[in-house]
Amino acid sequence: MKASLESVLQHPGIWRGDQAAQTDEEVLPTGFAELDSKLPGGGWPRGALTEILVGREGIGELQLLLPALARISEQRAWQAWVAPPHLPYAPALAAAGVQLKHLLVAEPQSPEDAWWTAEQALRSGACHAVLAWLKTPDERRMRRLQLGAESGRAWGVLFRSANAAPERSPAALRLRLEAIADGRLAVHILKRRGGYVSRPVMVDPYQSHSCRANRPSGAPLSVVQLTRDAATG
Amino acid sequence: MLWLALRFSQLSLEVFSRGVELTGSLAVSEKVGNRLRVTSCNAAASTAGVHPGMAVSAAQALVPGLIVRPRDRAAEQESLAGLATWAGRFTPAVSLQPPDGLLLEIGSCLSLHRGLKNLLKPMRSGLREMGYSYTHACAPTPHGAWLLALEGMEVVIHELAELEQALVALPVNLLAQPAETLVGLEMVGAHTLGDCLRLPRAGVARRFGQALLHELDQALGRLPDVRSCFVPPPSFLRRLELPAPAHEAEALLFAAHRLMPELEHYLNLRQAGVQELELTCRHEKIADTVLKLGFVQPIRAAERMLLLLRETLGRTALPAAVHTIVLHARLIVPLAASNTDIFRDGVEAADGNLLLERLRIRLGKAAVYGIAPVADHRPERASQHCEIGADAGIPCTLQRPLWLLPQPLHCREDRFVSKTGPERIESGWWDGMEVARDYYVAQDRNGSRLWVYCEHSSGEWFVHGLFA
Repeated sequence: MKASLESVLQHPGIWRGDQAAQTDEEVLPTGFAELDSKLPGGGWPRGALTEILVGREGIGELQLLLPALARISEQRAWQAWVAPPHLPYAPALAAAGVQLKHLLVAEPQSPEDAWWTAEQALRSGACHAVLAWLKTPDERRMRRLQLGAESGRAWGVLFRSANAAPERSPAALRLRLEAIADGRLAVHILKRRGGYVSRPVMVDPYQSHSCRANRPSGAPLSVVQLTRDAATG
Repeated sequence: MLWLALRFSQLSLEVFSRGVELTGSLAVSEKVGNRLRVTSCNAAASTAGVHPGMAVSAAQALVPGLIVRPRDRAAEQESLAGLATWAGRFTPAVSLQPPDGLLLEIGSCLSLHRGLKNLLKPMRSGLREMGYSYTHACAPTPHGAWLLALEGMEVVIHELAELEQALVALPVNLLAQPAETLVGLEMVGAHTLGDCLRLPRAGVARRFGQALLHELDQALGRLPDVRSCFVPPPSFLRRLELPAPAHEAEALLFAAHRLMPELEHYLNLRQAGVQELELTCRHEKIADTVLKLGFVQPIRAAERMLLLLRETLGRTALPAAVHTIVLHARLIVPLAASNTDIFRDGVEAADGNLLLERLRIRLGKAAVYGIAPVADHRPERASQHCEIGADAGIPCTLQRPLWLLPQPLHCREDRFVSKTGPERIESGWWDGMEVARDYYVAQDRNGSRLWVYCEHSSGEWFVHGLFA
């Protein structure tokens, strides 16, 4: 009886509510196994917009993206940072394994130019990742970015304030990040393709091996990390 | 040997008209004696009754709204040189036949083009794209081919005997002889080249000079006719006058479109690429508008130059109408023809450069940059803007934040919940930008991790970065 139920559930036409949707779209592994398991296809979606909502800067929101960005740079693909709020600091990025040769930083003067730049970068097909910090978002502009990401097959990341969580958005993936006590991040998946996830994913943004040089000593190492280090060392 | 003669009979007109899609009547005038006379006119004008040789005043009375431009021989020469450069794509042996012709030796490269037909087809479409009309003829001797093209006989002759048959029927006034010789020939009843050839040679030489016999012998291939090859100039500067001042970007683009194939073939011929291109728009009375196009890497493709030119023009407010455009390749650098990559790498790198150029047109050159680590202990100097694609410096193994604040932010020490450190940085006494600070990684009440320092001299606290 159970075996026959299993075989029925294998049918490609059946989708179970607790599964992430299976996508044909290419994904970029995040570098965090806990997060990968909750994301459709097992990684950041290419050809779509990802929204990252942060209550406060400096909680590890960029760290979360670094393993994927490092992998993109290893493939000698371009990435663009549009209107970053501060100076992206080259020594830290290089230490995290991001090769800076094809990293493009654009500082548009006006919000309109910034939206245009992000859209062009997404649409060009040259950038595998586009990180953007954009002011005055509205649904029409967001939709343009989403379409741009689709046509350029780029991973578009839009950083926004956590206040924007209740707003409607055409982004394929929306995450809200929250800092919790021990230096880890609670990643709330607000929207993903293939169903709602009620519980946040706990991620240690500094766990990734290549990022360790960057770990602030204030953040404790996870137990897994310590044992792995003991084994290799 | 097979020579292809190209004659641009409308060249004096086309140096003006090819810059726009003209619907009105246009004529070119030149001073003959002390009167201005029409030397050539376009189809619209000739259907209205204007014909070459007519006085300009009469033509203007006949066609209201007729545009009359004085003949510009310098522009014609430039155009012919441009055409010769362009023709270099078909054969290395191109020679000028001033004022309005080109002679191409194509016999030696026919097998490369796989036949005459395959050579003439791109030539026809290329000349149409640049806005020239022409007649052509092929013959074993350069002068023979030229005489046939002058007469407008579009024939292809491979054999000398055949050429003689074709030439004997041509009128004598096609010959490049002084007017009195031509009149003299008419008076002795020699109306065609055949008639001239039937006259006794000694008598002709005595009466009209050796030059006439020499020209005829060269045309028939009895005497060698050595032509010097055209050598393209070291720089590319082309001017195109518009028949009527234009203000719209589309009209200027159309005109630029006419010049681009010449530039592309010029670069091809010299195995070079252009890195800086300048389009000067000349206005009446006020200073020129200069549009500069910079390319990340030298390029040769006209299509891409036009794309970037379109964007630049779209973003430029022209102060007045433009009467002439000048295209100048300012920086020409050697560029070997590249092998296209079988994998995707090469394609994507090229796309990235295109994106970069487009962003720079709208945002300005300084607003789009790359970053690279620099070997300096001072945090504000350890990261610098650089050209994208430059090789990165040495990565830093110390603990550094991902965001650096451009200006350190003053703060109070009691805002931090915890801090670890210090890392002392004392450096820069040699260049007057001395720093002496103790850096800590601090955490504030909201969970943000900050990179803070304490200034040695004052004991004040500053936030310098964010571990984002």
